[in-house]
Amino acid sequence: MHPILKLVIQRVALGCLLLLAVSAVIFLGVEALPGDTAQAILGQSATPQALENLRQQMGLNEPALVRYFKWLGGVLTGDLGKSLTNGTDIATAIGQRLGNTLFLAVSAAVISVPLALILGLVAARYAGRWPDKLISGITLTTISLPEFVAAYFVIYLLTQVFPVFLPVSMVFPGMSLGAKLHAVALPVIVLVMVVLAHMMRMTRAAILNVMQSAYIETAELKGLTPMQVIWKHAFPNAIAPIVSVVVLNLAYLVVGVVVVEVVFSYNALGQYLVDHVTKRDLPVVQAVGLVFAAVYIGLNIIADVVSIVANPRLRHPK
Amino acid sequence: MPEIEKNLLDIQHLRIEATSYPPGEPPRDVVLVDDVSVSLKPGRVLGLIGESGAGKSTIGLSSMAYARGGARLAGGHIILNGRDIIHLTGGKLRSLRGKEVTYVAQSAAASFNPSKRLMDQVIETTLKNRLMPRPAAEKRARELFRKLGLPNPDSFGERYPHQVSGGQLQRAMTAMALCPKPDLVVFDEPTTALDVTTQIEVLAAIKEAIRDTGVAALYITHDLAVVAQVADDILVLRHGKKVEYGTTDQIINAPKQAYTQALVSVRSIDHEEKAEAPPVLSVAHVTARYNGTNFDVLKNVNVELPAGQTLAVVGESGSGKSTLARAITGLLPPTQGKITFAGRELSPALPGRKRDDLRELQMIYQMADTAMNPRQTVGQIIGRPIEFYFGLKGEAKRVRVQELLDQIEMGKGFADRYPAELSGGQKQRVCIARALAAKPKLIICDEVTSALDPLVADGILKLLLDLQRQENVAYLFITHDLATVRAIADRIAVMYRGQVVRYGSKTDVLTPPFDDYTDLLLSSVPEMRLGWPEEVLEHRKMESAGN
Repeated sequence: MHPILKLVIQRVALGCLLLLAVSAVIFLGVEALPGDTAQAILGQSATPQALENLRQQMGLNEPALVRYFKWLGGVLTGDLGKSLTNGTDIATAIGQRLGNTLFLAVSAAVISVPLALILGLVAARYAGRWPDKLISGITLTTISLPEFVAAYFVIYLLTQVFPVFLPVSMVFPGMSLGAKLHAVALPVIVLVMVVLAHMMRMTRAAILNVMQSAYIETAELKGLTPMQVIWKHAFPNAIAPIVSVVVLNLAYLVVGVVVVEVVFSYNALGQYLVDHVTKRDLPVVQAVGLVFAAVYIGLNIIADVVSIVANPRLRHPK
Repeated sequence: MPEIEKNLLDIQHLRIEATSYPPGEPPRDVVLVDDVSVSLKPGRVLGLIGESGAGKSTIGLSSMAYARGGARLAGGHIILNGRDIIHLTGGKLRSLRGKEVTYVAQSAAASFNPSKRLMDQVIETTLKNRLMPRPAAEKRARELFRKLGLPNPDSFGERYPHQVSGGQLQRAMTAMALCPKPDLVVFDEPTTALDVTTQIEVLAAIKEAIRDTGVAALYITHDLAVVAQVADDILVLRHGKKVEYGTTDQIINAPKQAYTQALVSVRSIDHEEKAEAPPVLSVAHVTARYNGTNFDVLKNVNVELPAGQTLAVVGESGSGKSTLARAITGLLPPTQGKITFAGRELSPALPGRKRDDLRELQMIYQMADTAMNPRQTVGQIIGRPIEFYFGLKGEAKRVRVQELLDQIEMGKGFADRYPAELSGGQKQRVCIARALAAKPKLIICDEVTSALDPLVADGILKLLLDLQRQENVAYLFITHDLATVRAIADRIAVMYRGQVVRYGSKTDVLTPPFDDYTDLLLSSVPEMRLGWPEEVLEHRKMESAGN
């Protein structure tokens, strides 16, 4: 078997194991909270008899291990249980909001990743000179702003001063792609501002690190232009560290954007999770936690695999 | 009247400066190259020779109007093909590099981009300058691969740098330099990083390629015997200044300047081998392998080292020399065999060894730079083993440090200096003093002179021999350099692929009849004699045809 295929299979298998471990941690975490689901439904004033009846009915008296495997079995068959607050099917609710989350994340990623790479390359090309300082200055400013400040600033600028967008980002099924994109434009701008600096700085640092290598001097002595040297000779050797940072930011775009969702009233997973945490809707919290963990692990597997494939020693063994 | 051939390259009164930032002092300008003039006619080869810091590479690179790091071309003229290139910038400069002048670096292994195929890198400049279309460029590259004796020249370019050996990469780099048909190639120590047995072949291949293509060359090296083989003229440099400039024949056979004479006659050490004596170290049937691998890197090694004597372990890289040292020091516990030291059997692994075992067995490394803590003074570095093993503190420690500094012929002020303020030779001396501070019975010296200039290395070897006489310490001396072996050894072990293929007293090992490998090794050592590499290779070819 090709060593790359072997490594990829290993990574994926490890990822699955990790997800299993995370599911146990999530279950234990929820289990450790004072009170249980029956208590949460009936509230503080419930009689012991009513609680006992509900527990019997929901199978809460069974040992934790049995309930864990029941839950796990449900997850594997696509059944995440029912929400306590409104009795809806969690899987359906998540599915709809996950679509919105991914739409926002992908829109932000499509703009921010190429932009960060280009800015990083330019900053590395002019390291220590004014374009580098300008790019670093701007991106560091935008990352230093708290998200909600950036969001209100963008809202003020683009709905009041230049009224091109709406301050709320309502999307609903049946909207055309163009209308959807127009609706999410503001949150996308904010998210790009937030994730740009990290990726751009890593691109710059990784390339400058490679620029110390002897083969960069070889390329310079071949008479290549500085941009050719960076693009053809430095960048291919700097991919691994860049990818790992890009992926961390992509994961953030999926799981960490609740503040932006709230500011723009965007109906996605982050809001859904926070809503149900406040309502102590434990099955929903468990399910969303698992989805977020899966996204993190999945993206990091992709980063690992890209780093492996980018390494010529692994791609072309002796 | 015969037409006077124009010079291809005319360097006039070249001055190169750099700004140095010594720790704790204001930055100051240093002169790297001072008023050097030299010229080169088309198709001729000029050798630039000198020790490190002499400005050889700096001058070589200036012919491409390139200066490394913070250096700058500060004055003079560099006239290439009739125009002064010293102030060229931008596109004009880039069209000269890789087209009129190309470069072959010392370490081809580091100078190839690890993530691109060799072919793409070899023909890159040819395509960039639109000298020929891709198929024609690839064809030319394959022809050069063939001419330079690379294996499977037709498919060689499909490989990545990590898939071929160091010697092959050095040839590929030569092919890369020759591919765009330049007027001038700068060879910067192209064979220095190679094993002697590989060096001779690469040297012969480069020499033939230069002759066949009629290209002019600047050949930079610190090894006179190597430059004597390829150069028509030689420029001897020291501290950035010209020492002597003449034809190869004149420089080698009738050097005028004292410095050149010293260079020609280095290795003046005469060392009589000592008589048999009881061993301080004996290695018996040692076999070792690295964790997770399935082959032995040491195979049944048996050597003995008498007290107060020197055992030289020679062989090319990968032969197991340093692995033997790791086995003796306990860093790599042998899978079989035993090691006896000072009359007691050593525990195979490091944790099982007693403090006296550690104290009496010291090491000195190739890179003195990385073997010292840059934030400690020389006094602290040498003082550490004194305190650790003998518990000396304060004044007693200071006195002992000074004693040791005197032994390594370094004066008073050195105890307060930092490693960065020392020269390469001084750093290695400090490492020797640190090893000596433990009052060892055996010091393992791992290529301790390989990174040093010949004259400096000579000084270190003399010091080691003096110390051996004073302290009766034994050396296990690992080296790939046979001249060093001749200078210092009492016994020799020749290693090849993890085995000792020849072992005995110096006289026995270096006297014929030889086994095949020792013969190969000894005949590969560079000699001043003109035509030496071709002669040796021709002889080898006839022998292998005869078998």
